[in-house]
Amino acid sequence: MSTRILIRTSLAALLSLALAGLATAALKADTANSSVAAVFKQMSVPVEGKFRKFNAQIDFNAAKPDAATAVIDIDVASFDLGDAEVNKEVLKKEWFSAAQFPSARFVSTGMKPAGGKYDVTGKLTIKGKTADVAFPLQVKTEGKNQVFEGALPIKRLAFNIGEGEWKDTSMVADEVVIKFRVVAAQ
Amino acid sequence: MNKYTRPAVALHWLIGMLIIATFALGLTMVDIPGLTPTKLKYFSWHKWLGVTVLTLTAIRLLWRLTHAAPPYPAAMPSWQQMAAGGLHAMLYVLMFGIPLSGYFYSLAAGVPVVYLGLWQMPVLIDPNPELKPVLKAVHYWLNVALLTAFLMHVAAALKHHFIDRDGVFKRMMP
Repeated sequence: MSTRILIRTSLAALLSLALAGLATAALKADTANSSVAAVFKQMSVPVEGKFRKFNAQIDFNAAKPDAATAVIDIDVASFDLGDAEVNKEVLKKEWFSAAQFPSARFVSTGMKPAGGKYDVTGKLTIKGKTADVAFPLQVKTEGKNQVFEGALPIKRLAFNIGEGEWKDTSMVADEVVIKFRVVAAQ
Repeated sequence: MNKYTRPAVALHWLIGMLIIATFALGLTMVDIPGLTPTKLKYFSWHKWLGVTVLTLTAIRLLWRLTHAAPPYPAAMPSWQQMAAGGLHAMLYVLMFGIPLSGYFYSLAAGVPVVYLGLWQMPVLIDPNPELKPVLKAVHYWLNVALLTAFLMHVAAALKHHFIDRDGVFKRMMP
């Protein structure tokens, strides 16, 4: 009887292994080695803030890039500009309104190879506003990991980031570049 | 007449006024609660003023090293002459040390200085969260020292002018 159970479990294990091999390999993002940052200019001064918490789900097979999908969820409350007071300030209604919109999300809608890179299109949602975005993506293999790198330029005012007196783009520029580097183990 | 050269006098008063403005702006901006566009503006202006003071002080020191100061009156006690020399040296050290500590504080905070919003100044160190509070404290205490030295400087100048009436202050009159 115990032997039968053992066989059954092994079969189940084998089956699940086989299924996992058949499906597109979903990649596990190594968030400790990945980074998502926003770079912008404040009175002409380049400033960089890092999102300390985010989640990336990427399905990518170099042989079939068209089938690739990516979903990135970013915890906006984890935005770190290097100053506790400023970090608290950007969670307010005028900026991220983090209480109401705790996460920002990117969902890919397409991916096409373009001369060593990939042209990615997708929908970006920040502060409840969704916009179509497009950016070039670089995919590299580093050891056993796959690295996805890119920079996505956005306009902060399109997402209502910086309301009221903060709409003044001479104080904080409208252009913000989201730089990311996602490391994923295969 | 027994006076400092015209450029030395001009630099003394110009830098003096700029330092008072920078100091007052520094006190004002850190008292603004939270984060406002005005606060960010004041921080930028404060940094621009600091860079200006540093540059003018460098020019002034070069001028001072190549143009001797007029002698003190013969009647002035030697301990007073030495004290004056020491205080002037201290003021020069602070005029370099304060803008530099502020500059590095800003770099440690990850905010490079873009002079007048036009020219990015060299980024000499990476953002450094450990160094940031240290440089903040250094910047603060050097300013406390400057305020002390400045008050002694003014008190001595007024004493020479109104009590001793020995012409020491007139050497630096515009």
